[in-house]
Order: sequence, then structure tokens, then C-alpha cells
Amino acid sequence: MIQTPSVDWYAITPELILLGTGAVCLLAAVLMPSGARRPFCALVAAAGFVAAGIVAAFLFNDSENAKTIVHEAAYRDQWAAIAQILIAGCGLLAVGLSYAHGMRRTRVGEFYALLLTAAAGMTFMVAAGNLMTLFLGLEWFSICLYVLCAMDLDRPDSLEAGLKYLIVGSFGSAVLLFGSALVYGSTQEIGFENIAAATAAKGLSSDALLVAGLAMIIAGLGFKSSAAPFHMWTPDVYQGAPTPVTAFMSAATKIAALVATLRILTIAFPQLDSLWTIAIAVIACISLAVGNFGALVQSNVKRLLAYSSISQAGFMLIPISANSALGGRALLYYLAVYSAMSIGAFAVIAARERELNRDVTVTDMTGMLWERPLLGVSMLVFMLGFAGLPLTGGFFAKFYAFAAAYQTGWWWLMLVGVAATVVSLYYYLAVIRAMWGSPAELQFAGAATGGSPPRDILLQASVVGALAFTIGSFFFVQPIIDVARDATSALPF
Amino acid sequence: MTTLLIFLPIAAALVLWVVPIPGRTAASLALLTALVEVAIWILALQRFDFDKAGLQFSDQTDWSTDLGVSYHVGMYGFSVWLVGLTVVVGAASVAYGFWAGRERARAYFGLALFLTGSIVGVFTAQDLLLFYVFFETMLIPLYVLIGVWGGPGRLGATIQFVIYTVAGSLLMLIAIIALGVGQGTFDLTAIRPSDNHVIFLGFVAAFAVKAPLFPFHGWLPPAYREAPAEVSAVLSGVVSKVAAYGFLRIAIPVFPGPTKDLQWLLLTMGAVTLIYGSLVAFRAPDVRGVIAYSSMAQMGLITLGLFALNDPGLTGSVLQMVTHGLISASLFLLAGMVERRTSTGDFAFLGGMAKGRPVLATLFMTAGIIALAVPGSSMFAGEFLVVLGVFKVGWGWAVVGAFAIVLAAMYALRLISAVLHRERGSAVSDSALDLRPGEAAIVVPLLACLIALSVWPAAITERSFFGDSAKADVQTRYGAAAHYTVPIAIASRASTYNVTNTQIAVGTGRAAVSRRSTRGGG
Repeated sequence: MIQTPSVDWYAITPELILLGTGAVCLLAAVLMPSGARRPFCALVAAAGFVAAGIVAAFLFNDSENAKTIVHEAAYRDQWAAIAQILIAGCGLLAVGLSYAHGMRRTRVGEFYALLLTAAAGMTFMVAAGNLMTLFLGLEWFSICLYVLCAMDLDRPDSLEAGLKYLIVGSFGSAVLLFGSALVYGSTQEIGFENIAAATAAKGLSSDALLVAGLAMIIAGLGFKSSAAPFHMWTPDVYQGAPTPVTAFMSAATKIAALVATLRILTIAFPQLDSLWTIAIAVIACISLAVGNFGALVQSNVKRLLAYSSISQAGFMLIPISANSALGGRALLYYLAVYSAMSIGAFAVIAARERELNRDVTVTDMTGMLWERPLLGVSMLVFMLGFAGLPLTGGFFAKFYAFAAAYQTGWWWLMLVGVAATVVSLYYYLAVIRAMWGSPAELQFAGAATGGSPPRDILLQASVVGALAFTIGSFFFVQPIIDVARDATSALPF
Repeated sequence: MTTLLIFLPIAAALVLWVVPIPGRTAASLALLTALVEVAIWILALQRFDFDKAGLQFSDQTDWSTDLGVSYHVGMYGFSVWLVGLTVVVGAASVAYGFWAGRERARAYFGLALFLTGSIVGVFTAQDLLLFYVFFETMLIPLYVLIGVWGGPGRLGATIQFVIYTVAGSLLMLIAIIALGVGQGTFDLTAIRPSDNHVIFLGFVAAFAVKAPLFPFHGWLPPAYREAPAEVSAVLSGVVSKVAAYGFLRIAIPVFPGPTKDLQWLLLTMGAVTLIYGSLVAFRAPDVRGVIAYSSMAQMGLITLGLFALNDPGLTGSVLQMVTHGLISASLFLLAGMVERRTSTGDFAFLGGMAKGRPVLATLFMTAGIIALAVPGSSMFAGEFLVVLGVFKVGWGWAVVGAFAIVLAAMYALRLISAVLHRERGSAVSDSALDLRPGEAAIVVPLLACLIALSVWPAAITERSFFGDSAKADVQTRYGAAAHYTVPIAIASRASTYNVTNTQIAVGTGRAAVSRRSTRGGG
């Protein structure tokens, strides 16, 4: 008789809901008539994300005292719950903007099933309590994303993106796995808390194996959050993948990877914090440099946003390196706002792609502010938000990140962040500049003028939702920060 | 009241953006809002008790208790005048846009109103982070206004403008974080004085770029030249004053030690800006160039007055801020009107516009004469007080200040003569008509305010600092005489004894101008 641990089913309900609705979508792909497949699957997916988000919210409410579940394999705490809510929100927006995406009918069911499953993997990973579940969660959602990236089989770019992501992503996973093995070899433990305890008990804080393992775990997670120098896949994959997928993974993957990063670093490696804070800070600086300078020369908007997401990862690593409760709050706030802006921006690009029926360059955005006011103004707000200008949550995100760095006493990191912000203005404003171009330039650029774009209510609803959150998070900082404060209290600061 | 002043134009802007109404209606609605805003300000002015110390009309709401950030607005004596400047110039600018019939009216007037609201926010914010938020928010409408409705070189101008200012203000953000997180509050009324020179320099960087002070003025010429005339008017008339206000409200009272230690630096920057700006204004080849650089020079003078750190200097600076705001706004609007008639601002093609255009000539001449600080004008009162203030610091600074008055006469007279007098320029045709009543109605109120201030400068000088915290800080920390206000008597006495000096100034200017005009002319 195999002894099985007791399972807290309530705590893993979000994952189960997402998996269950994913299964329903798969069944629908076979059983539903092809005409009804798309609305049905989208509805199921949306319902799944909403339900998962609501359950996660209840979990958040009921998990004030953090505890481990399933024999210390996972955590049931507010830190995980808040990340699950965010991931579910990203999924919901992604459903909205993928609905009218030009997919073959035969693939619709699989698309939504994979989207739900990927989200399930992410919600699992953010709760991970040992190295095994961390790796499982990471591979779980990564494999789904590899397939999602290659979903547009008719476009060579999409296939290329899938393959590249697969190869580089697998390498990243392998690094994470190798690092986990080294940590296990050094401490004989896989549970995060046990690793910390063993490190303290055996005096391993300068053990070469452990340090190497830590470095490889950081690197492995860095691949997923597309922090430089682990970012090589990002521009190609973001550009090649179907835009709704890019939108989803730019936001949700970062949430999963960064939330897990802060958890493992603070819970498992508190004795090594002088090492990992500096390592994360250096990675942040490299990401800021690579992302910003890379973005300066891009003409393809998706590629530009890919580099921008590398630089945003750099900004989000700043609060992690601060290693403080304020840093935790800053990270959550930043992630929430960044996700809304990123999905919103990619949604606008998706709309433009559908309108022009080709890849969108910066000049293709010409005239959007006048011809497509809703999308144009939203894009304007998202760009200002990325640049950290006020009246968007992006401002408070940067403010909190810098404040966390300052509180830790890292002036230089704050200066690097500021310098990066100034550089980033150039390319974010380039998009805005293109959008207000005059009709004459429009003709010249060969972009669509006049007429009305294909009506796409769901995409517009997603954009409006992202816009509302981007602006609302600026005016209602305190409620979000309060929630983030509760969540952060689950981590040992 | 303060909140209403901030959010009325912003709310109107949102309405204009969201509700699809015809362009002409949108323009009228915007103009109406701008006028209502002025009316509210007049009401506030009536109710403001200048004999009471401290903040008035204040509103406070928690924003983020986590780091001690709140929405806290209110007005001191000097803020009232700066807010007044903002709403008056804002209304004139909207009126100009109305008359000029800007394209995409809903977007345009929405942005113009939004700009007014955010500038009022800057002048009334009593929380460091809120100040920063308005300071940056201001940039967004300016960026779009210049970028969309500006001249042919607008793209380069906007990039330079935004990157310069944001670089400066991000340094200020660092300083704000360092100050606020360190003290646990961002409230300006609660914040304790700091002795940190680096933080002080962070603020100075932002304000020096915004003013701009030499050598941070790289963005100024393209931005002032490429912006639509009415946006230039707001930019030079009001937005530049934000920097001076920042010095007055934040840099000086919060950093008494560093202010004292680095007084020489700021005075030097002010003096260099003053001389450099005046000289370049004298050599500028076009109308807007002269106004732009003269505006920069005046910011140098205001900085001199502020960092004299005594009462004549401070009160003089406030008077000068308001006066110069009005004068540079009216000059830019007049320049815009001239440019619309001749399609150029280049002196080489202008001249002789006075003949047959009496209204234009009168208004332009009046504005020009006030700009050169003729004795009796409010400009002169302000400059005199500033010079008096810096004289107390060291006579050398006063020499620089006085020299600037000479230079002001030189460039102002050159401007007047190049546009109105000389032989008729090639771009000036008979079809370039005189100002219409509608146009005159835009500029006349501004000039009327200036003349009123010339008659009664004490309206501002006696009602800027009474018993305020900013004033109290300055008094206790720099040992200035308590409740020193400059009665008008001193200003007028001063004008009599300084008159010879100024006459020389005027004489030199005229000589210089006539020499140039005989050489040039085509």
C-alpha cells in the first residue's frame, strides 16, 4: 500500500478548474459542430478563467496563514493566490483578443485548451513549494506555450517561433533542472524551507555546489522572465507567435516566473541573500541595457515591444533585488500594471494586423490616433504607461520599484533605472509619433485610411479593460497596494 | 476651490474627448470653460485672506498611505498669483486657438484645457509626489500639442523637448524618493528640512531644465519656434514659471543648508542665463527667437532674485514671474498673428507693419515697451526689486542685473523696429490686414492686466508672502527682516532715481537697432 499525502483540494481548485475547462474545450473540438466550436470554446475558456480567478480570490481571503499542502509540495498562501488571480485575468483578456484571430476552425478547440492548460501550469508554478513542483510547473506551461507559438501553421514565422522557443526554452529548463540537482546534492533537500534549514544547519552558505545551483536556478527562471542575458529567444518568438499568444505569454509568463523567483529566493536561500540580491541587480541592469538599446532600432512593433518587455523585466527585477517587503509589494503592483499594458498593447497590434493583413511596423501605426480613436488612444496610454509617465499605473510601478531600491540603499540601481527610462522614452514616443501622423503621411506609408475596421467587440472590450486597469491603478493605488501587502506578508521578510 | 480650479478644465477636456460634437461647438465650449475658470479664480482671489498665514483652500485625501503620499492641494499668496497667471494665459491661448480655427478641434481644445488644469495642479500641489505627477502630466499635452499642430520641424523639437525635460524630472523623482521615503512622508507641509546636497541638486536639475537655465536650454529654441503660437505662449509664459515656483516652494524652503551653500552656483547660472539669453535674443533672426531667448533671459533674472534669498529678491521674483508670464504670452500671441499674415517670422522679410495697421502697431508697441522694462511698468518694478535683492548679496550681481535691463531694451527695441518700422518687408503685402477686433480682444486683456500691475505692483508684492511658511523659513533661516513687504512708494521712488540709467539703456538700444536696420533691411 502506497502512502498518499492528504490533499487540500480547495487549494488546488484554480488549477483543477483550468484543467477541467481545458478538457471540455478538447472534447468540444471533437464533438461540437465546427460552426459552434469557436463561440463555445471561447465561452468555456472565459468561464474557466473567471471561475479560476474567483476561486483564487476566495483562496486569497481564506489563506491568511501561509501553509504548505500536499506534503510540502506546494504553498497555500496569499502570495500564490494573488498571482493566480493575475494569471486568470491575463487569460481572460487573452480570450477576448484571440476570438477573432484568423485560425482554422479545426484548431480552435486545441487553442483554447492549450491556453487554459498553460494558465493552469502557471497557477501551479506560482504555488510551488519544492524544486520538483517548480520544475514541473515550469515545464507544464512551457510545453503548452511552445505549441501555442507554432499554432499558426500556415505562417513560417510562427513555426520558427515555436521551434526557437522550444529549443531555447528547453535549454533554460535544463539549466533550472541542473541547478535544482546541484542544490539537492548540496543540501539533500528539495523543499524550499528545508533547503534554507539545511543550509543554516550544515553551514553551507559558501558551499560551491549550492552557490552554483542557485546561480543556475536564477538563470533558468531568467529564461522564462526573458531577462537579459537569457533573452535571446524573446524578439523572434514574440514577433513570430500569433499575437494573442504573444500578448498572453508576455504578461502571464512574467508573472509566473517573477513571482516564483522571489518566492524561491527569499524562502530557500535567505542565507545567500548577499549573493543573489547583487546577481539579480546585475541581471536587471543588463536587461535594462539590452532591452532599451535593442528596442531603439526596431521597426516591427511586436519586436519593439519584445525588447521593451526585456527592459520591463529589468525594471521588475529591481524590486526583487531589493529583498524587502516593499520590494514584494512593488513587484506585484508592477506585474499587475505591466500585464494590463502589455496585453492591451498587443491587442491593439492584433487589431491592426487583422485590418492590414500583414506584420505591423511602426509606420503602419500612422494615423491611428485619428482614424481608430479608441485603439489609438489606448495605445497612447499604454506607451505612456510603459515609459512610466503619470496618469497611468506605470508611473507608480516605477515609483515603487525605485523606492524599494532606495530603501535597500541602492542608489546606483535607481540611477540605472532612470537612465533606462530616458532611453526608453525615445522608442515609446516613436510609436505615439507614428500614430498621430497626418492623412498625407498615411497615404505615403500605404496604411489604411478612412473606412471602418472590422468590428471586433471582444478585442475592443479587452483593450478597454486593460485601459481601465492601467489608468485606474494610478488613481486607486492604495487598494492594490493593500492587497499586495497582504500577499507579501506570506514571504519571510 | 483649488480642486475645482484643477479639475474643471480636466473634466471639460474629458467631455470634449469623449462626446462627439462638431468642432466649432467644441471650441466654443472650451473657450467658455476657460472663461469660467478665470471667473472661479477671481472668486478665489476675492475670498483669499492675504492677512492670514499658511495654506488656504486646501484639500487633502489619502492616496497611498503605504509611503505617505496624499492628494494635498492648497494655495499660498504667491500661488494665487501664479494660478491667476495660468488661467488668464490659458484662456487667452484657448481664445487664440478658437480664432485660428485649429484642426481636430476636440482633441486640440481638450489638450489645451488639460494642460491648463495640470499647470494649476503644479502650482497648488502640496505633496511632493503630487507635484511630480502634475509636473510630468503637463508634458503629455504639450508633447502632443507641439507634435501634432506644430511647425515643420516639430518632430525633432518634441523629441528634444521631452527627453530633456524627462531626464531632468526623473532626477527629481530620485530626489523625491530619497527625501520622501527617507522621511516617511511626501507632504510638503510636514516634511522636515534636509541637508542633503545631492537631493537638492536633483531638484535643481529638473527646474534648471524646465526654466531653462544655461546650459540646459538646448530644447528651448526648437520647441518655442515649432510650437503653435498659443502653445509657445503657455510654454514660455506659464510652464517656465513652474521651474521658478519649484525653486520657491521646494528647493529653497526644504533645503535651507544646501541653498545657502550652493547659492553661488544658482546665482551664477541665473546671471549667465540672463546675459547669454539677452545677447542671443539681440542676435536672433526671427520674432520667435527674440521672444524665446528673452524669455530664457528673464528666467535667469527670476532665478537671480529667488536666490538672493531676501525679501526684495523673492517678492520681486514673484512679481516678475507674473509680469513676464503675461508679457511673453502676449508677445507670442502677437507674433502668431504677425506670422499668420506674413507666413514668416523672419526679420529679413518683415518690417513696416505699423503703417496702415494701427491696432497691431499699438498693441505690439505696448507689449514691447513693457518688455523692455520701461520705468513705471510692472516689469521695471520687478526687475528693480530683483536687482535690489541681489545687490544685498553682492554688488557684482546687481551690476549683471542692471546690465540686463540695458540688454532688454536693446532686443525689445530691435524686435519692435524690425516688425513695425523700417521699410516694408517683402513678406508684408497689402492683404496683410490690421488686427481684427476678435484678435485684439485676445491680447488686450493680457495687456490690461499688465498695465494694472504697472499702476499697482504692490497688489502682488504685498500679497505674496505674508506670514507664509515659505516666507517664515526664509526669514528665520536667512535673518531677513520680519514681514518686509515692498510698498509701492519704494518702487516709484526707485523709478525716479534710476531713470537716467534706463535712458542710457534706451539710447544704446536704439543706436544699436538703427545701425542694424540700415545694414539689413531685406
